[in-house]
Amino acid sequence: MTGVLETALRAKRAGGRKLLVPYITGGLAGWQEAVRAVAAAGADAIEIGLPFSDPVMDGPVIQLASQMALEAGATPVSILDEARDLDVGIPLAVMTYYNTIHHAGHERFAHQLLSAGVVAALVPDLPLEESGPWCAAADAAGVETVMFAAPTAPDDRLPRIAERARGFVYSVGLLGVTGERHELASTAASLAKRLKAITDVPVLIGVGVSNAAQAREAVQVADGVVMGASVIRRLLDDGPDAAGEYIAEVRAAIDA
Amino acid sequence: MSLMAEPSATGRFGEFGGRFVPETLVPACQELEAAFRDAWADPGFRAELHYQLRQYAGRPSILTECSNLSRQLGIRLVLKREDLNHTGSHKINNVLGQALLAKRMGKKRLVAETGAGQHGVASATAAALLGMECKVYMGAVDVERQALNVFRMKLLGSEVEAVHSGSRTLKDAVNEAMRDWVASVETTHYCLGSVMGPHPYPWMVREFHRVVGDEAKQQCFDLFGDVPDVVVACVGGGSNAIGIFSGFVDDRSRLVGVEPAGGAAVGRGQPGVVHGMRSYLMQDEYGQVLEAESISAGLDYPGVGPEHSYLASIGRAEYPSVTDAEVIEAFQLLASAEGIIPALECAHALAWIAREAANMQGSTVLMNLSGRGDKDVAQMMDILGR
Repeated sequence: MTGVLETALRAKRAGGRKLLVPYITGGLAGWQEAVRAVAAAGADAIEIGLPFSDPVMDGPVIQLASQMALEAGATPVSILDEARDLDVGIPLAVMTYYNTIHHAGHERFAHQLLSAGVVAALVPDLPLEESGPWCAAADAAGVETVMFAAPTAPDDRLPRIAERARGFVYSVGLLGVTGERHELASTAASLAKRLKAITDVPVLIGVGVSNAAQAREAVQVADGVVMGASVIRRLLDDGPDAAGEYIAEVRAAIDA
Repeated sequence: MSLMAEPSATGRFGEFGGRFVPETLVPACQELEAAFRDAWADPGFRAELHYQLRQYAGRPSILTECSNLSRQLGIRLVLKREDLNHTGSHKINNVLGQALLAKRMGKKRLVAETGAGQHGVASATAAALLGMECKVYMGAVDVERQALNVFRMKLLGSEVEAVHSGSRTLKDAVNEAMRDWVASVETTHYCLGSVMGPHPYPWMVREFHRVVGDEAKQQCFDLFGDVPDVVVACVGGGSNAIGIFSGFVDDRSRLVGVEPAGGAAVGRGQPGVVHGMRSYLMQDEYGQVLEAESISAGLDYPGVGPEHSYLASIGRAEYPSVTDAEVIEAFQLLASAEGIIPALECAHALAWIAREAANMQGSTVLMNLSGRGDKDVAQMMDILGR
């Protein structure tokens, strides 16, 4: 059975809409306001980051946000408690490193998500070969696990990733960690193209999609984009409203 | 079959190990595993490594009988002198292996993490020898307390980058090296410095350090006609301990890995996943990794190699801890009693031996002296106020 996130994204795609998924670090000052602002500005789903002490897939901006949230006392439990009140009318996912899930226990964590109204999870350090136990628990609970595909993947690996993906396939835009870049890497389009050729699951490019123009470029091949560091930088510098204004700008660019 | 056989196809030692890395790195880990398997089965590669270990690193390292300390402690204490290797520690065994392998794989650049700087210096050395580019990530706290090794690495032609995130020690240096590798994986080999990280590293690094245990076993037979009663080594990630344990794991010897009290992953940790592996890990109630705190930069690590977690879980090896105060005593003890200044890391092993000697009277005790103490002299001068 197709889950809440994937059903929503497929329906919007069928209506000709390009998909926009902003990332907000949970537990950061003003994070709930930021979620509401980006939702109102035209996000199709939202990734809530559960900050981890050792975020190896993240560059300086999201590392800083994670550290600030942890120093402010945020925990997975406190963030999920706060997420329960969001009620933004679009699907919520969490981005979490695997130890957070492993430590809580797979089934317990899946139920914590559901009771907070979160329908999906992205786990950047849980590759296909290690994903079995978590995916089994998530499937059973009805939590969708978004899988990552990277530019380094050989052709025979992509169909296996796509087959395991629920919600969408996260097409990693470049070789590197999260963060803003001057240009959209050439790998962004080439990997998204390879994925689109083999799967019907929505394909969203994330990592290194850094502004409205790059988002527009990315959706020429992909079904949508995930925007992280560029959103968080605005949230840190200028607050939740600035994050919302930025997402409105990206929305306009990809709709044009 | 040996207790230290090859891990399972998914890189497991029992329920520990695995390959928990971002998707970007999976093909690189698979490629590395295949390349290592191929090289390790190739007599040509083994001969080349053996040649470099002999003519460059100075192997075999000797066994030293500590007559004075033995008398004082009531045991027969012998030291495996990895401190006498070129670059001053056991780290060169692994680094020469990985650098030769990287070259064979066509990689032109190495990245490495380092705590005390011993692995960083060894990596910089191998890069200089083999004409490769090298960048070493080191926690900002360690850059400060191991200034001598930072200068050494630069002298050897490597770039050293101070890491300012998190606890600014070894675990953060590993994070930053992994981030570099995620971006540079096509041209770069991550020269990981301990028996940790994603499969195949814990296995591969163990195999490169097996030479320590193999030599020590023969040397013990030559010296006293038997395996030692007790084999002791310090444990941070656990590479020197795995190296010496590998020679005795299938014998009757008691195996002891000594952790710092402030970084006792096996002693105080629970199974967790970080840096690509499932292993014992110091973490809080939500799975956030705790910061280790040790006098020794090389052991300042909240995790431990997965094979140590396995050996602990089946009761084959034990992992007690010692305090910084005990380590400071042991550091001075070896210097004054035997004329050997140990690395602070190895002083942990001796601290345990000194504490437990009363319960081991008459036993033969083999300790891996995995590094020399020159790098720690300035820090000790401050601590001792001289």
